[in-house]
Amino acid sequence: MTAGSPPPTTPANAQVKVPRGSSLKRRFTWNGAYEKCIRIVLLGCALVSVITTASIVFVLLYESVLWFPGHTPFFGKVSLVEFLTATQWTPQFDGNQHFGILPLICGTLLTTVTAGAIGLPMGLASAIYLSEYASPQARSILKPSLELLAGIPTVVYGYIGLFFLTPLLIKPVLTGVFGLSVDGFNALSGGIVVGLMIMPMVASLSEDVLRAVPSSLREAGYALGATKYDVSAKIIVPSALSGIIAAFLLALSRAIGETMAVAIACGNRPQLTLNPLRQIQTMTSFIVNMMKGDTPVGSIEYQSLYAVALVLFLITLTMNYVSQWILRRYREAYQ
Amino acid sequence: MTTLAVPMSSARPANPSHIGPPAPTLGAAANAAPDGKRKIKIQTTDMGFFYGTHQALQKITLDIPERSVTALIGPSGCGKSTYLRSLNRMNDIIEGTRVIGKVLLDGEDIYARDVDVVELRKRVGMVFQKSTPFPKSIFDNIAFGPRIAGVRSMATLAPLVEQCLKQAALWNEVKDRLKDSALALSGGQQQRLCIARALATNPDVLLMDEPASALDPGSTARIEDLIDDLRKNYTIVIVTHNMQQAARVSELTAFFCMGRLVEVGRTKQLFTNPKEKETEDYITGRFG
Repeated sequence: MTAGSPPPTTPANAQVKVPRGSSLKRRFTWNGAYEKCIRIVLLGCALVSVITTASIVFVLLYESVLWFPGHTPFFGKVSLVEFLTATQWTPQFDGNQHFGILPLICGTLLTTVTAGAIGLPMGLASAIYLSEYASPQARSILKPSLELLAGIPTVVYGYIGLFFLTPLLIKPVLTGVFGLSVDGFNALSGGIVVGLMIMPMVASLSEDVLRAVPSSLREAGYALGATKYDVSAKIIVPSALSGIIAAFLLALSRAIGETMAVAIACGNRPQLTLNPLRQIQTMTSFIVNMMKGDTPVGSIEYQSLYAVALVLFLITLTMNYVSQWILRRYREAYQ
Repeated sequence: MTTLAVPMSSARPANPSHIGPPAPTLGAAANAAPDGKRKIKIQTTDMGFFYGTHQALQKITLDIPERSVTALIGPSGCGKSTYLRSLNRMNDIIEGTRVIGKVLLDGEDIYARDVDVVELRKRVGMVFQKSTPFPKSIFDNIAFGPRIAGVRSMATLAPLVEQCLKQAALWNEVKDRLKDSALALSGGQQQRLCIARALATNPDVLLMDEPASALDPGSTARIEDLIDDLRKNYTIVIVTHNMQQAARVSELTAFFCMGRLVEVGRTKQLFTNPKEKETEDYITGRFG
């Protein structure tokens, strides 16, 4: 750089001047046009998300509830009452089609509850460890490995559930020791892997809210003779409770929406059961299965997919909204 | 407390006849005792403090008599807060800190290996510059210390909470809303709540780190009145930037500068007739 190119020399007394226009009036410049272009491009990118969401919602509504000339939606063929109360889901059985979403909701509930029972406490415990107990060295190892866990493709989790968890852990323990019958595909294995999957999310979101608790509260606790556990469990966690609940709800809505892992590990037989050792089908795995088959577009089973997707969308939307509402309240409380 | 005689005499052989006067430091050998009969509650001898490799305090030798108010004054960054926080080992929370020398509470070395920090902090309470009410009810705030110490029955807790709130001169203002959130109290009330909460663990010593610096003059006056009441039963060490406050509330004043204890003496004497030039410059506002 420096070789051969001496810095431009200016006379010692010369003043450097930035060029400026001769009038204050607005007129066309290439610079101004460039600014406008930038603005339009940025706005366009931001609008993509709005347009996508709006069109997805429209498609869901079009196939399930919107009447048009020559188009009958799903709920024009199947009554809402049957959809919400019937106990069988057999869209692919010709002549004996039943569209009761309860077995699918039940399957989703089973995997989500199992996942929550595993992922939420473990995630919160890791968050407490990371924010209150861990030394910087321990943090520097744990934090990246949690992030790594979050980065594993969900399909891998599905196969871990199907080929390792069920035959190597669930069956030997529950069948071998307790004599329970366990299906090769079962809700438990799917629930456990989804639990492991949401754990890093719970941990990372909760850790953020735990660390946001002012350290003066920690000091005040220690000054009263509190142990680390007292401070964590009785001061920090209650102070961050609304943030933690919001993190839980976000993680649960992720568990509800989880598709690949449960489609692989839990199987594809919609059954109205609360036994986690049975093969089940969740809302998401029904959708992914329908796409694999050659369902004719416009048929009732094709449309049922959109009806299920609409229910799923409404559930996760509600949960995300509630968790954001809680988070907002939490922020207000701390200012 | 009979153990006191041993460290006392070994630490300061020059003055074996009675227990009580603050340690003469840096040549201030003739410091008069505030009260010859008072015993020493906290004794620091050649104490030094390190943040990593940075030495924040050096060779601090200071005796704090019981049931009295000792003020620590000095310019920002002089180490007075660090010293205060080392008296209940709050600095342990900060990674990489180290203490050398001796800090004795009732003759016991609080930095000895077998000391339970939790027990120590119950005995040496602390109030911070920023009031730190927990996001709980007023009652639960005061009951926090006793509860973690194992007191569960309401029959014990209720009178205890009342007594502590009365001691902190807050009872009349909050007696009808003990179940309300402590965060709804005003700044001055929150600070008195924190004092009441510190009293609830039944400490002997109360450390105060600029307890009134964020309060308006009215609330400050109430805190100072409170300190005046508490001195009858507690040993109070207060860090303050406000020299008028030090003069008003304390019996002994210690002047810190650049990590050293420059001078310690009876408050009146130190403010009217300081022995050291540095002290005089600071209290007359020529520096700091």
